[in-house]
Amino acid sequence: MEFFIEHIVIIAVLTLSGLAILFGAILGAASVKFKVEGDPLVEQIDALLPQTQCGQCGYPGCKPYATAIADGKADINRCPPGGHTTIQALSDLLGVEAKPLDAEHGVEAEVKTVAYIREDECIGCTKCIQACPVDAILGAAKLMHTIVESECTGCDLCVEPCPVDCIDMLPVDQPLSEWHWNLPPATREVLGSMKAGDLIGSDRANPDPNSSAETTKSNGDRAA
Amino acid sequence: MTELFTILIATVLVNNFVLVQFLGLCPFMGVSTKLESAVGMSAATTFVLTLASVCSYLINNFVLEPFNLEFLRTISFILVIATVVSFSKMYIEKTSPVLYRVLGIYIPLITTNCAVLGVALLNVTNSHNFFQSGLYGFGAGIGFSLVLILFAAMRERIAVADAPTAFRGAAIGMITAGLMSLAFMGFSGLVTL
Repeated sequence: MEFFIEHIVIIAVLTLSGLAILFGAILGAASVKFKVEGDPLVEQIDALLPQTQCGQCGYPGCKPYATAIADGKADINRCPPGGHTTIQALSDLLGVEAKPLDAEHGVEAEVKTVAYIREDECIGCTKCIQACPVDAILGAAKLMHTIVESECTGCDLCVEPCPVDCIDMLPVDQPLSEWHWNLPPATREVLGSMKAGDLIGSDRANPDPNSSAETTKSNGDRAA
Repeated sequence: MTELFTILIATVLVNNFVLVQFLGLCPFMGVSTKLESAVGMSAATTFVLTLASVCSYLINNFVLEPFNLEFLRTISFILVIATVVSFSKMYIEKTSPVLYRVLGIYIPLITTNCAVLGVALLNVTNSHNFFQSGLYGFGAGIGFSLVLILFAAMRERIAVADAPTAFRGAAIGMITAGLMSLAFMGFSGLVTL
């Protein structure tokens, strides 16, 4: 006991060092066990992208774009084939605000399309085969080419290189599984399109101070 | 059994760490703008509080007291808390990258959440045993989660409400927190320890 009291400083230092070494060892072991290989977030983003590999986002494919999003280098609204559904899914995953598609990188197709080669006009130049990012075009030099419809992502990249313009983008019928209701317009939009006085209640839906004066006036008229 | 239940009720409602004892206000204001991140933060903090409470009890009873080193309590508890936080940070980063991204800088901030150190020190002051310590930490975590999630849900609605310009953002948040604190005063006297 006397020893403890006399050498209390030494014991204190030793105890704290011991604790620090112990905790350091635990953390060291944990950092080996819980080592994060690669970035799992890139995989999750990549899974949400449409895998057209079309390059319209400015990156060579979907995976590089996913990496850029995970690094914060690219915005989430650069994928025209995915359109607003992909942007929505990405914003849910990353917890950031969804924004409209960046027009710089192309516009979202109204309907899903696939490429179709008018086969009697095809000269067999293989240029479209080289352009196709998903290998959906079959054919060989000087032989007719055709498109595997189930593989085609509708990215338009084969239309440009065709020297005889025999490739059409045809709309595909929307399968029942992808059909969805059109959402009703947002309440604010409806309110914004109304004239003052259309609606009894708060004038705050309309930020324009003039219209609130109008509301007051029309209310006054009604009272009169 | 009754005593354990009393501890739980007392820490969650009557002596709520955030609204009655005013500990851990930084994450309470900082992480409460989105319900999703509030839920994640609550889970992480509850986990850390329970684990840190138990660990610091063990350190206090089996290392500090035998060597008469009670004066090292604060520094060794901070050591314990920092370790537990770093450990949970690694665990979350491995298991849930999305949660890790949402919580971001807030996980290391749990280290400086004074509620964690407060629970560890109050365990010693109230001379809790092992199970009581764990329950005290867990109760504190549940209480923290309860008010943080309630507050975040309210702030999400307040954010889209037409508050007067001068009150927008943090100001209306502070007022809401004050009103919640008043409401929690209603629990005082519910349980007497």
